[in-house]
Amino acid sequence: MDGLDDIVEEFLVESHENLDQLDADLVALEQEPDSRERLSSIFRTIHTIKGTSGFLAFHRLEEVTHVGENMLSRLRDGALELTPQRTSVLLQMVDTVRSLLASIEANGGEGSVDVSAVVAGISAAMEDAPAEPAPAPVPAEPVAAAKAPARKRAPKKAAATKAAEATADTAPAAEVPAPAAEVPAPRPAPVAESAPEPEAAAPDGDAVPAAPDGDAVPAAESGTGQTRRAVADSTIRVDVDLLDELMLLVGELVLTRNQIVQYVGRSTDTDLVRASQRLNLIASELQEGVMKTRMQPIDHIWSKLPRVVRDLGLQLEKSIRLEMEGRDTELDKTLLEAVKDPLTHLVRNSVDHGIEDADARVRAGKPAEGVLTLRARHESGQVVVEVADDGAGIDPARIGAKAVERGLVTAEALARMSPQDILQMVFLPGFSTAAKVTNVSGRGVGMDVVKTNIESIGGTIEVESVPGRGTCTRLRIPLTLAIVPALTVECAGDRYAIPQISLQELVSLDAEKAANAVEEVGGAPVYRLRGELLPLVRLTDVLGLTSDRHDGHVVIAVLRSEGRRFGLVVDRVINTEEIVVKAVGGQLKAIGLYSGATVLGDGTVALILDVQALARRALRTETSERQESRTAALQAAATDAERQRMLLAAIGGGRRVAIPLDTVTRLEQVRTESVERVGNREVVQYRGAILPIVRLDRHLGAFGDSEREVLEVIVYTDHGRSVAIVVEEILDIVDGEAAVRSDIDDMGLLGSAVLGDKVTELLDVRAAILAADPAFYSAPVPGTPDGVPASLLEVSL
Amino acid sequence: MTTAQAARPAAAIGGQLATFWLDGDLYGVEVAHVQEVLKSQGLTRVPLAPAAVAGLINLRGQVVTAIELRERLGRPSRPEGTDAVVIVVRLHGEAVSLLVDAIADVVDVDPADFEAPPDTLAGQARDLIRGAFKLDGQLLLALDVHKAVSP
Repeated sequence: MDGLDDIVEEFLVESHENLDQLDADLVALEQEPDSRERLSSIFRTIHTIKGTSGFLAFHRLEEVTHVGENMLSRLRDGALELTPQRTSVLLQMVDTVRSLLASIEANGGEGSVDVSAVVAGISAAMEDAPAEPAPAPVPAEPVAAAKAPARKRAPKKAAATKAAEATADTAPAAEVPAPAAEVPAPRPAPVAESAPEPEAAAPDGDAVPAAPDGDAVPAAESGTGQTRRAVADSTIRVDVDLLDELMLLVGELVLTRNQIVQYVGRSTDTDLVRASQRLNLIASELQEGVMKTRMQPIDHIWSKLPRVVRDLGLQLEKSIRLEMEGRDTELDKTLLEAVKDPLTHLVRNSVDHGIEDADARVRAGKPAEGVLTLRARHESGQVVVEVADDGAGIDPARIGAKAVERGLVTAEALARMSPQDILQMVFLPGFSTAAKVTNVSGRGVGMDVVKTNIESIGGTIEVESVPGRGTCTRLRIPLTLAIVPALTVECAGDRYAIPQISLQELVSLDAEKAANAVEEVGGAPVYRLRGELLPLVRLTDVLGLTSDRHDGHVVIAVLRSEGRRFGLVVDRVINTEEIVVKAVGGQLKAIGLYSGATVLGDGTVALILDVQALARRALRTETSERQESRTAALQAAATDAERQRMLLAAIGGGRRVAIPLDTVTRLEQVRTESVERVGNREVVQYRGAILPIVRLDRHLGAFGDSEREVLEVIVYTDHGRSVAIVVEEILDIVDGEAAVRSDIDDMGLLGSAVLGDKVTELLDVRAAILAADPAFYSAPVPGTPDGVPASLLEVSL
Repeated sequence: MTTAQAARPAAAIGGQLATFWLDGDLYGVEVAHVQEVLKSQGLTRVPLAPAAVAGLINLRGQVVTAIELRERLGRPSRPEGTDAVVIVVRLHGEAVSLLVDAIADVVDVDPADFEAPPDTLAGQARDLIRGAFKLDGQLLLALDVHKAVSP
């Protein structure tokens, strides 16, 4: 039985249900033989079973249902009249079907159930004159025969067989009341007898219609497997609406539990504490249980993908192997539906653009057959689904160039972005790098739609790629929509919930540290998070409130949205809590900052922040920059330079230099002992690459203290090449606009200016970099990424 | 607006009105719309919401928007130290609550007593008030609750 196919199992469950209905229908039909509706319903049922059995190659089942169907269709069309005899043969047919199903369930095949007698019986009944006078004895005889052997056999058989009968019994036993209830009082005697009789006969009536011997086979064979419940009894169908309702109720229970646990936490009554702990546990288990009822393995949607990959592969003349890992990972049915289309799109994308054709692969030293891997797993309360290919990968330089060309981002902003951030731009609306539009993809819609769909269910999407090695798109999907883990924070005296899925980490800075660590970029605060500049957004500013925290502490929730990270500054972090998302009225939806509201443990209402919307609103500078860029693109670069933001750094000897911020990729600290030498140049290993070092003090002839243990390093990256510029100390980020400039210059400098009340030298970054890496600019010319080697360009999404 | 035109909606709102006080005036809403009346509730303010949205209240686990009627009708805000009363109305299946000064009786009104809003009524309030019932020694202003809850 364990070997049963899913399809067969489903077929059995469905057919058992249908047969129960059929018994009731047939008996009721005798009361109202003219009911076209009932006849049609019976006909459909038998037709369905016939169709499926033909498909599953259960030929005897097909044969029986086929003749049954013939008779039913003639009955339905009025060509035959329904006589009690015909009803009886139909009921016999149902019994035979039932025993065939039992045999299939027990040992996977039709066993030795003989169908010829029933087939003959039905055929005979069809030929019979409508006024066949002897209805009663005909069914009565087989019934008696059926009952007799059944009774005789039962005591003789081994315990296992009894068990088999008992389990098989449960299904029909349950139906007995059904027909009785449907047709309560005035039933003619033969009918009254024939109604319960199939029930009684059903359990071991397997062979009743024809061969009593045959019965022993399935029963005996199934003896071992009978500890498990029969397929039809082990599952029930439940209305999804009912499950939704249960889920809502459980959500309420979880909220109430949160409240009680919170109140009891302040109590000293040990009994009460114990009871609340039990409540806590039970509520969690119940929540998990109800959530499970809505869970389905992801295989439900994956199972269609091999075909997609195969067909598409053939069409594109690519050879692709599809691998799946974690196909039994479960997630909520509604979410499963929602990720189906995005996932299919990603797979098509990988096949179309990700994996190269066989020739290109062989040239690149890869096996001719491409591998597309689907992975699913649970990770910290979320489901992570990955679509990975071992294709050509995506080249950030190409994406960046395209984004600039489309006016989606300015060249300066692009230079500031990390390759990872650049990749995420494939999700921007109107972005497609496919050189040609195929009928598969490449119309510039798609990735942004995928992203919108995933976000609409509270999920996130990101893409990773190694040029030449492959691309991996990762979806993070919440386990369920109704109950979400969230971080509750306080801001200006009110509490807000931030869905955990967007949260990356929390940073808490005391007043002293905050004064140094939070820097201003032209009025916009940034925080140096492990060397990377993290733009800070004050929640109070976004919401137009005034913070009630005056002690200088800064609490930053590092959030990720659309591939960009930003820090949300809140007053306080309260705790993490499971929250139930409640819809808010139309008046509040229009604000577009809240995805809903929830009731917290203490009964107060808290708004749930929509992190995506928050990012879009707060990081508006980026957007307006993009819009400006289209008009400003043609304006002189000189005016741009005047308005540049500058990174101020001390280089020793009291000298300060300013470096245009948009050339800075990262700020790092490097230990002095990790600096190595290649020839007469200094290098450092950094993120798996060798980074040439230029020491600004030496480069500019200043003599600082070179005995430091840790070097402050500014990493500058262009087209995959990076250099590290060593300074003594990073001082500030200033807006260069108000600077007073002078032409006094020196080797390696562009001039000097007064920035922050001090004379500051403007670094000629190009010269500094060439000093470290003379070949830096030689291959690709900056600003024209078309010069990137063609091998890196064969990627698209 | 002629009296005849104004009288037509009046016929529809004849019958029982739940009445309440707001800045010295007596207002009424159809009893059928009123779900319940609550004492002052903890409000969660909603930053950036229209001024008339006083916040959100927790109504037995359901989150309900509260509309400050004083703001909505262009009246001065409620004096410090006085608590609002919450009238929960149900419109199109959605519960919304109105903050008022104090609740008064349920009054049977006669459409014959109805008159269009006085011409002196200020613009903002005029849209929300369907008219006045002339009671003994008091005017009862009939609030258009549908308009009142959609700032």
